[in-house]
Amino acid sequence: MTLTLENVSKVVGGKTHIHPTDLTLEPGTMNVLLGPTSAGKTSLMRLMAGLDQPTTGRIIWQGDDVTGQRVQDRKVAMVYQQFINYPSMTVYDNIASPMRLLGLEKDEIDRRVREAAELMQLTPQIDRKPLELSGGQQQRCALARALVKNAGLVLLDEPLANLDYKLREELRAEIPKIFERSGAIFVYATTEPEEALLLGGNCATLWQGRVTQFGPTPSVYRKPADATTARVFSDPPMNFIDVEKSGDAIRFGKGQEIPASTLGRDLADGSYTAGFRPNHLALERREGMLGFSSTLSVTEITGSETFVHLDHEGQRWVGLVHGVRDLEPGQELTVHLDPRHIYIFGADGRLVQPAPYAEAA
Amino acid sequence: MKTDNQKAWFLVLPVLILVAFSAVIPLMTVVNYSVQDTFGNNQFFWAGLAWFEDMLGSERMWNALGRQIVFSGIILAIEVPLGIFVALNMPKKGFWASFCLVLMSLPLLIPWNVVGTIWQIFGRVDIGLLGYTLDSLGIDYNYTQGFYAAWATVITMDVWHWTSLVALLAYAGLQSIPDAYYQAAKIDQASRWAVFRYIELPKMRGVLTIAILLRFMDSFKIYTEPFVLTGGGPGNATTFLSIDLVKMALGQFDLGPAAAFSLMYFLVIMVISYVFYIVMTNLDKEEGGK
Repeated sequence: MTLTLENVSKVVGGKTHIHPTDLTLEPGTMNVLLGPTSAGKTSLMRLMAGLDQPTTGRIIWQGDDVTGQRVQDRKVAMVYQQFINYPSMTVYDNIASPMRLLGLEKDEIDRRVREAAELMQLTPQIDRKPLELSGGQQQRCALARALVKNAGLVLLDEPLANLDYKLREELRAEIPKIFERSGAIFVYATTEPEEALLLGGNCATLWQGRVTQFGPTPSVYRKPADATTARVFSDPPMNFIDVEKSGDAIRFGKGQEIPASTLGRDLADGSYTAGFRPNHLALERREGMLGFSSTLSVTEITGSETFVHLDHEGQRWVGLVHGVRDLEPGQELTVHLDPRHIYIFGADGRLVQPAPYAEAA
Repeated sequence: MKTDNQKAWFLVLPVLILVAFSAVIPLMTVVNYSVQDTFGNNQFFWAGLAWFEDMLGSERMWNALGRQIVFSGIILAIEVPLGIFVALNMPKKGFWASFCLVLMSLPLLIPWNVVGTIWQIFGRVDIGLLGYTLDSLGIDYNYTQGFYAAWATVITMDVWHWTSLVALLAYAGLQSIPDAYYQAAKIDQASRWAVFRYIELPKMRGVLTIAILLRFMDSFKIYTEPFVLTGGGPGNATTFLSIDLVKMALGQFDLGPAAAFSLMYFLVIMVISYVFYIVMTNLDKEEGGK
């Protein structure tokens, strides 16, 4: 039960939605498609499902070429960002509908519906109509419908995006459970790096219709192949600064120089871009940290954390610091950074040296 | 904190005055006529409920009411399914969608009496395209003389004039269904009929309720088009309630009975519309659709 995309692309009206892509999804894996809005996550899913035909390339499913096959003839299930259920049917009938269309035995349907409802904690609501349910329950119902089909490929297109924070957390915890029981290939699209990390499995980062990297989620996070992937897989986005390596020294931007250590020891002389994640910026200096003077433009306080938007030599940076800070926009601020948290990217954007801390992990 | 400020009443006053002049006072004039008798010269005599009793015992009014109910029934039975069918087959977007929308709205823009005139000429056996064609095909068609020809023409005219309204409302309902529903149905391998029955129809329920209500109320009050086309004939074949009412009030100048008649007419429309609305919204709740 392997799904393989071979050189698959999609062009609509002269606009390239998906650049030629090769991707192999192994049986029984959770695969996260991570990318900002309109990066091509949904387009890619529609191609996988067979809702759209690719412009070029082939789609292989369990060894068979299914490129031209209609979605009706493939065994796939899909859950959308909107809560899609049949409005005039009860939860029971909604969950049962795909199996009825497959022509299963009545007893078998009943057993599976009750099992899925139990798993999705919908048993008390089983005789209600979708509009009488909360958003979370509606989406559980849609998930249950996808689940009972026993499809080999389950596509989840930002299924939690329309839910409020609390329900999202709740339902997110259920998804790995469903996944483990099903043994199917799961494809899960999301815009949130945090969600990708929580789900684990494999991760494909998308940017403007290209898969920039595909691999185990933690390793994509720790060692992004290029600056684009690093930007996608970081929320808020990764911060960048130009660096110059010459001899034994690395010079940051226009200012400070440090001796090359674990960071940059093996680099050839030349210009690079250094990147670091917002959560690695600190307001307090610790031993061995670099200091950057900057101007504070905005602060956003989110509960126990504060986002600081900074201007450093014309570059816009974001820092994520703990605690609620008493800061004035416009004030001068020195931020600190441990050099072990710095990634080095080449002029072409490829990763030249992962951050030393990620190497150690 | 509770304040005792009565000045807010002044804000409501303009509406009260407007409604009084536009609805309440004219209605009360009718009520006034319905309980009095007059022989002109502005002399009025108290008649009590005599006109109402008269009208309730009048075969003429019951016949007109019967014709009216049959007419509205036929109109709804044709226009609602036809409107839905047209809406389902209209293009969803692009040039042709706009084109169809304009085309569909055209009949709605034509004034009632012009519609009547168009069909009057269209159906004439001597010069009308429809009448002449039917006649040369050997079909005995003459809407001024034949009972069925008159009914068929009045109904066709109304269907031509008003199906667009149902179609446009249904189309608006269809347009609001997210594409994901259709995709989900496709993935479920649902048939075209199942998509209509379980997705499109429940999602259109709200607009269809409005469409049915509007079409019922309008068709129940129909006056101008059949008046221009057949004048209520042949005989009394197409004399619907309002045509009869005008005959009585202005033709025979029976102001008292006509006033009683129109009050009851008004009540009937209100009661039926109310029942319609309650039934449809309850269905709505039951189905959980919107």
